Amino acid sequence: MKVRIDHERCQGHGRCYDLAPGLFGDDEEGYGMVLGDGTVPPDQEHAARLAVLNCPERAVELPGEA
Amino acid sequence: MAADDRFSEDHLRGPAGDAPAGVRNQIITGPVSDWATDFSHLEPEWAADPYRIQDDLRQRCPIAHTARFGGAWLPTRYEDVAAIAYDTGRFSSRSIILSNFRPPRELAPIGGSPPISSDPPFHHDARKLLLPAFTKAKIAEQEPGTRRFCHSLIDAFGERDVVDAATEYAQHIPIRVIADMLGFPPQDGPQFREFVEDLLEGINLPPDERIERVSRMWEYLLAQVHEHLDRPREDLTSYLINAELYGRKLEPAHVVGAMALLLIAGIDTSWSAIGTSLWHLAKTPSDRRRLAAEPRLLPTAIEEFLRAYAPVTMARLVKEDMHWHGVDMAADDWILLSFPAANRDPAQFDRPDEVVIDREVNRHAAFGLGIHRCLGSHLARMELRVALEVWLERIPEFSLAHPPAVTWAAGQIRGPRELPLRIC
Repeated sequence: MKVRIDHERCQGHGRCYDLAPGLFGDDEEGYGMVLGDGTVPPDQEHAARLAVLNCPERAVELPGEA
Repeated sequence: MAADDRFSEDHLRGPAGDAPAGVRNQIITGPVSDWATDFSHLEPEWAADPYRIQDDLRQRCPIAHTARFGGAWLPTRYEDVAAIAYDTGRFSSRSIILSNFRPPRELAPIGGSPPISSDPPFHHDARKLLLPAFTKAKIAEQEPGTRRFCHSLIDAFGERDVVDAATEYAQHIPIRVIADMLGFPPQDGPQFREFVEDLLEGINLPPDERIERVSRMWEYLLAQVHEHLDRPREDLTSYLINAELYGRKLEPAHVVGAMALLLIAGIDTSWSAIGTSLWHLAKTPSDRRRLAAEPRLLPTAIEEFLRAYAPVTMARLVKEDMHWHGVDMAADDWILLSFPAANRDPAQFDRPDEVVIDREVNRHAAFGLGIHRCLGSHLARMELRVALEVWLERIPEFSLAHPPAVTWAAGQIRGPRELPLRIC
């Protein structure tokens, strides 16, 4: 499982780095960034799904997952 | 280097200045006949409970209209609110407070208080200047001082059994934080409250009185600019004075307009969110006890308070005549862009009218959607979390002292303005 951010959609709400700080950080303007290559360790799969489901802009994605 | 004379009398235009005139319409007040065709967010019925009105409209007339304010539309479905927030091509932000005065079209794309009043492409550049000061990490620097300040407010309650959580607690927190960030004297706080009321609640006042009130704020901000020109500091005012865009320093109206935005937008919004959350907990003992016992649930509960009681409604102006989602909009019609209504749309949320403090999936729009996402959202979340943490730690038991005594602000920012709580 891997996460990604659609930077065209991200507006810097910060829900991803609030809910899954092990997977996401922010840049100097507050826009979300994937840490590392986005691979989700098994113990963070729930946090990854929360980040996807709580992004107001639908900018956080789990490619390959419905 | 030459002295900075951008802010001298000769160079500066006030808010009424020599800009092209806008359009005023007849002011219509009084009871609403039908919310679908005559709505007004300034009437007491709306202030008391806008949700019932919005829920009803969503079912029978999802894009309501009023002839008040020279013509305005009120969409109540999430999908329509989102579509308008994203469509900056057809809906302008050149005025985001719905009133009886439309600023001239020439004011776009900058608007009176950039970047909230700006349209693309200028918006992006004006916003970029401010974003670094409002990141989560930057805001975290304000947290220890905010926490100390919240404690000092509760210390000041003394031995009293009943306190007003709106006027003695919630209101002071954002005022103190934003005054600190802008580098304004903390003792000027009471004036800021007046500025907020003048701008956001005096919508139906006679135009000349409205202009005079707005001018008072402009003069205050200008005095702060001069104070900072004389003694530059590490704060947002000095930052804006020195900031550059397109290779030159900002226009003076941009500097003062942005200061006005930061001062006004940060105050009664957070004040309302803190007050409404305390109001909910005061009348819902099960939620109050659970949060006092499980402080780790607070961030999740805060998102639910923001969804269910989103304090902020924005406005847009239609750019051109058009048929849009089943209605005929005319150029310069207002849109009352209700994020609170979007947040209670059953097509988007399960059990939308219930406050579920452990709601895990909560894609709410309290801070807006698209390019105008609230610049201060990280600041607001910090203030709200710290204010509630300190309150629940110090005062875990509290209730409404006298429910009918709670009063709510009318207009685009909704929250309790009087909130007497029994705290023994």
